[in-house]
Amino acid sequence: MPEHVETDELAEKVLRVIAHTQRIPPESVSLDSTFEALKIDSLDGINIVFELEKEFNIEIPDDGVQNLRSVRDTVEGVRKLVEAKNLAVPPGAA
Amino acid sequence: MNRVAVTGLGLVCALGNTVSESWKRLIEGECRILPMRDPGSPAYKFRNGAEAWDFKPLDHFTEKDLVMLERFALLAVVAAREAVTQSGIRFEGELRDRSAIITGSSVGGQFTEEEGYIRLYRENISRVSPLTIPRTMANAGASRISLEFGIHGPAYTIATACSSSNHALGQAFWMVRNGQVTAAIAGGSEAVFAEGLLRAWEAMRVVAPDVCRPFSADRKGLSLGEGAGMLLLENWEHAKARGAPIVGEVIGFGMSSDAHHITQPCVEGPAKAMLWAIRDACIGPDQVDYINAHGTGTQANDVTETQAIRSVLGKRADSVLVSSTKSMHGHTLGAAGAVEAVACLLALKHGLVPPTVNFTVRDPACDLNIVANAAQHAQMQVALSNTFAFGGLNATVVLKRAET
Repeated sequence: MPEHVETDELAEKVLRVIAHTQRIPPESVSLDSTFEALKIDSLDGINIVFELEKEFNIEIPDDGVQNLRSVRDTVEGVRKLVEAKNLAVPPGAA
Repeated sequence: MNRVAVTGLGLVCALGNTVSESWKRLIEGECRILPMRDPGSPAYKFRNGAEAWDFKPLDHFTEKDLVMLERFALLAVVAAREAVTQSGIRFEGELRDRSAIITGSSVGGQFTEEEGYIRLYRENISRVSPLTIPRTMANAGASRISLEFGIHGPAYTIATACSSSNHALGQAFWMVRNGQVTAAIAGGSEAVFAEGLLRAWEAMRVVAPDVCRPFSADRKGLSLGEGAGMLLLENWEHAKARGAPIVGEVIGFGMSSDAHHITQPCVEGPAKAMLWAIRDACIGPDQVDYINAHGTGTQANDVTETQAIRSVLGKRADSVLVSSTKSMHGHTLGAAGAVEAVACLLALKHGLVPPTVNFTVRDPACDLNIVANAAQHAQMQVALSNTFAFGGLNATVVLKRAET
């Protein structure tokens, strides 16, 4: 994966949301962290999803939530939804 | 049937974060019903409350815990930890399956519920926090206690308004007495200072504008309080065998329902709860030395409770010592029975009755031997602790001084 994707703004935001929701230091969360390593259980997972929906103004479908296992999955899932939203509503559209 | 020892106590309320802090203030007669931290906007019609003033959640929990648990559950857990620590009990082996947790709470996690409503109805946001259910559920405290101590036995929560934790204590007492479990953590907790709930109490017009004055002729209503009380109940022989500190004994429990009116109290229901409790304890009315009254400070409760005590105790009602510690720690609603059971056991242990403070004028309609404004020394063996709930649900626990 290209370096600029690893460190882009969207990924940083997702990492921050995860760290804040889990009340863990931001530096302990990286793209390569698994939920298991971060001790994120299923209830934590839906709480993170809730916060991500607020942060990015997106709706994450239930079946997408169940497949989340890592920070990278989460970043890429959010990225797809944000891109889809941006395509559906072009900037400046009514 | 087994005797039931109390081997640990836990208390968090306006009087302090521990049993010893609270007891000090109870016997000093210190009223901790003080101006509320949030007076409301517009201001509530009552300006005082008995918040758990010194309780700082981060002294007891991680930030992550606070995401999962709301205030009433935090209070329950801290009180349970104190009771377990005092008892020295270790939940290991079969005892894990043979121990119960029974808590009381009248409304559970109101703060979280109200946050959800603010999003839904004020902000028009249709999605609420996914933690709303686990934070709000009335059994959140009981469940966390089971997780912390690895207890696998019966665990549940009773919601019977102001009788919740006496029902919980009574149920746990019967389970230990009947041998269904060896030990139980029992009590209750409540966190009432959430805006919607305070407005609901305000609307009922039963909250005193200043402070509650139980049994005093000039009483104007109750004062709301928050807190938690927990008791570690244990099979007497089990407690003796492990050399546990025995703080007191639970010897009886009685309950009744008025079937009279949803909020208006009557004499017969409370009288029956006391009567059944005394019979359950296999004692006579003359053996009752002290009553920690429900004593809310409303006009109606204190008169009917007086008449109920007179009808059950007869001549003994002239001399039995009566106080309402709600005058210091407020009415802690679903926690009231547990908080006041702790006060009773300490009173029996120390031979010292905590007073009814804020008492100014005797009321002929409340002609009991009220311990007013200052603690009173007395050698006592047996105490009753009353709770009478909205909905007409009454529960009385009988407590006995530990044998020395």
